[in-house]
Amino acid sequence: MAEKSHNKMRRRQDSAASNIAIELIGINKHFGPVHANKDIDLRITQGSVHGIVGENGAGKTTLMSILYGFYRADSGEIRVNDKQVKIKDSSHALQLGIGMVHQHFMLVDNFSVLENVILGVEDNFLLATSLKKARAELSRLAKEYELEVDPDMLIEDLSVGQQQRVEILKALYRGAEILILDEPTGVLTPAEADHLFRVLETLKKQGKTIVIITHKLREIMAITDEVSVMRRGAMVGTLKTKNTDPSQLAELMVGRSVLMKVEKGKANPKEVKLEVKDLVVKDDIGVVRVKGVSFNVRAGEIVGIAGVSGNGQSELLEAIAGMREPEQGEVFVNKRAISSDKDDGAAKVRKAGVAHVPEDRQEQGLVVSFEQWENSILGYQDEDKYGKGAFLSIDACRNEAKRQIEKFDIRPPNPRLITANFSGGNQQKIVLAREISSDPEVLIVGQPTRGVDIGAIEAIHNNIIAMRDAGKAILLISVELDEIRSLSDRVLVMFDGHIVGEVDPTTATEGDLGLLMAGVSGSGAKRVTATKKDKTTGVSGSGAKRVTATRKKKEHK
Amino acid sequence: MSARKPLPRWADIALLPTLNLLLAFTISGLVVLMVGENPLEAMRILLYGAFGYGEGFGYTLHFATNFVFAGLAFSIASHAGQFNIGAEGQAYLAGIGAIMVGLALDQTHWLLVLPLAMLGAGAIGGIWGFIPGYLAAKRGSHVVITTIMFNFIAAALMVYLLNNVFKPKGQMALESASVVNAGKLPQLREFWDFFGYAPVNVMMFVAIIALIGTFILLWRTELGYKIRTMGQNPNAARYAGISNSKIIMIAMTISGVMAGMIAVNEVLGVQNRLVIDFVFGYGFVGIAVGLMGRNHPIGIALAAILFGALYQGGLELAFEMPAITREMILVIQALVILFTGAMEGLFRTPLEMIFTTLEFNKNSKEQKG
Repeated sequence: MAEKSHNKMRRRQDSAASNIAIELIGINKHFGPVHANKDIDLRITQGSVHGIVGENGAGKTTLMSILYGFYRADSGEIRVNDKQVKIKDSSHALQLGIGMVHQHFMLVDNFSVLENVILGVEDNFLLATSLKKARAELSRLAKEYELEVDPDMLIEDLSVGQQQRVEILKALYRGAEILILDEPTGVLTPAEADHLFRVLETLKKQGKTIVIITHKLREIMAITDEVSVMRRGAMVGTLKTKNTDPSQLAELMVGRSVLMKVEKGKANPKEVKLEVKDLVVKDDIGVVRVKGVSFNVRAGEIVGIAGVSGNGQSELLEAIAGMREPEQGEVFVNKRAISSDKDDGAAKVRKAGVAHVPEDRQEQGLVVSFEQWENSILGYQDEDKYGKGAFLSIDACRNEAKRQIEKFDIRPPNPRLITANFSGGNQQKIVLAREISSDPEVLIVGQPTRGVDIGAIEAIHNNIIAMRDAGKAILLISVELDEIRSLSDRVLVMFDGHIVGEVDPTTATEGDLGLLMAGVSGSGAKRVTATKKDKTTGVSGSGAKRVTATRKKKEHK
Repeated sequence: MSARKPLPRWADIALLPTLNLLLAFTISGLVVLMVGENPLEAMRILLYGAFGYGEGFGYTLHFATNFVFAGLAFSIASHAGQFNIGAEGQAYLAGIGAIMVGLALDQTHWLLVLPLAMLGAGAIGGIWGFIPGYLAAKRGSHVVITTIMFNFIAAALMVYLLNNVFKPKGQMALESASVVNAGKLPQLREFWDFFGYAPVNVMMFVAIIALIGTFILLWRTELGYKIRTMGQNPNAARYAGISNSKIIMIAMTISGVMAGMIAVNEVLGVQNRLVIDFVFGYGFVGIAVGLMGRNHPIGIALAAILFGALYQGGLELAFEMPAITREMILVIQALVILFTGAMEGLFRTPLEMIFTTLEFNKNSKEQKG
């Protein structure tokens, strides 16, 4: 692979700069016709925290996968500690001191922490010696970096934040000097994220190099020293974090200026459209996830449900949508009960005028192996306009698909394309287009912008607000606090299966919400002012949670 | 993003099965070589036996008819995500429906016998498919396990029924009374001498209708849409308000009905009576037909003719080349099933890599030029 001459020159110019941990020069990577990485140059200073931002599909993960040995670059050069290397696979990357913490943890759930840490690096066929060595090493690492985890706990019994700590420990145990974190805060509570940042800070002080991939600009501003922005496979710039601001970064990411705030008028709530009464819902393995939730949504307002993922929101959403039979309680639409004990409950809910954009579009909202037009009628296949009687009119379906594509600017505008070949943002638009086109009275939306580009987020948010202004009742569930705050007219906070508070998004601070979401604060549900005293005296731990929850119930009455 | 792209459609449908088939024949050729016969000569005999003259071709079509029904039975269930390997048992029990109608209406007209026999055989085959479907949908038992068990139950039940119900008094052979008049479905040789003594009969046309009907069902009706949604993504089906349990039961029932058509073809079209083990493994070969045909009616039609030719040509081969025994033919058939059914993905990865590279080279050339 011929090194390009201009890259050589560039490097010579920069050679004055010292202690570069990783240097990428002219990296190119194609996937078939897709040019995922175009001539990428990147230098990461040793002992720094380096952020990489970019929209989905900008090539961040591809680039890091090349660095971690998952893919091999078509051309270009990788230098680690100023030595040119050809990274063959991930174990080779580890030998070079590069460790990766994936977005989806690579842990064995029913193994202990210790067993997970030594997995793949056992010294010999007897586990006892490796385990003993790892135990000592783990306690050293834990002290040094604030990474305390009980080594004998099973992974499945740990919280998400602790599981992430295990992933970091795994990398450190393998001698990682350079740590790559892919979207590390996506699943964490604000408190857990803070803890992670402290850990990263300590790691940095000890001389480790940290690369963090994220789309949350706030985090970039908070913890990185330098930030590199990628757009459509190209590196558009590397900046000192202290010299930039979020709107400049967003502009670089999208290539045009972006409205960071959602523009919306005042809500004009009318009659109650959706009412949820004392809902109790179990998850697939029979654990009660929603523990007696009641609330209502009026026509012409957006009610947001905030909460760290895994506190019952998903089950609540599925129960309202008719996909999950509630143990107790009822859901009313226009005062009519819609709960069903059949496994086609979702059809009944749809008939009642409820459209549902599910949390996980690929798992639930789409059949990704279908062509787009087939997905544009999913859930509405029985309607007469898509074919009379038992038959399906291909023409009618495709025409409807074309209408949706046009109205919602789905790209590429080809109803015959297999859905899996659309980008994440366009897949989400396919779902949203279908649900909004059904002209529902109630729209329930889960994670509308999860994994969606900044450019598409704007369009999706505007669509949701337009629905509200058209007098629809909208229930929004999201783990993105910013999204909840900017879209909702009222915010309900869910913790451990309960609604633990209602706040006004215009006055509540992020801190108030964060405390409610963590189940810490005992501040009154309707009182929005969380005082400093609450913050300091609030004790975390399951005992305290129970107390808060029961107190909340009483206050409601 | 994955490093490999899926194959172009034509390569997936045509090239891949052809390569698999070539490999199967190559290895079969080596086996023939090992027993000291000329593989090319064997190939010639096989092809001539299957297509070279009217009677042979008639037999090929007759076997293919069975394989179409068996292949459709497998793939309709497969589209709903159910691996129905019980077509054998479903077809076997369906024989009861066929023979009862045939015997009862033996003095009427075949035009009356045909639809009613299809109804009777379809009903029993359908029930035998419905029960595992019900157990899967409502009780969560796995269809693979239940259908295989149901094959054994069907076999035992038929021995009992033949002994105690269908066998006429004083007869030694384990078979029912024969249909002699209208119960016998017309064979094509009655109209065209071309087919010699081949048993291919009107059920061949039913098979063609079934192929078209299956296409319409799966790709042109709401039910088919629901079945495919269910098979591709049960969560999305639930989200769309499609009852998973209902679709499983319906698909398994239709699958059983299709298998039942084998019984009509064999019992009233060839044997004219209910004999033991008349299904003869067609139901199992149907799995390979369905897999090789990519669960699409056109593919199933082609695969059914291939297997029909293998069956017929194989019989001819065993006759012409004494060194190649009946068992050797089974080995060759098994190799084809192995490479086209069980290991159909063998060439997929290398092919995908070749295609990705080709496309990449083309693109980079275009960029340069």
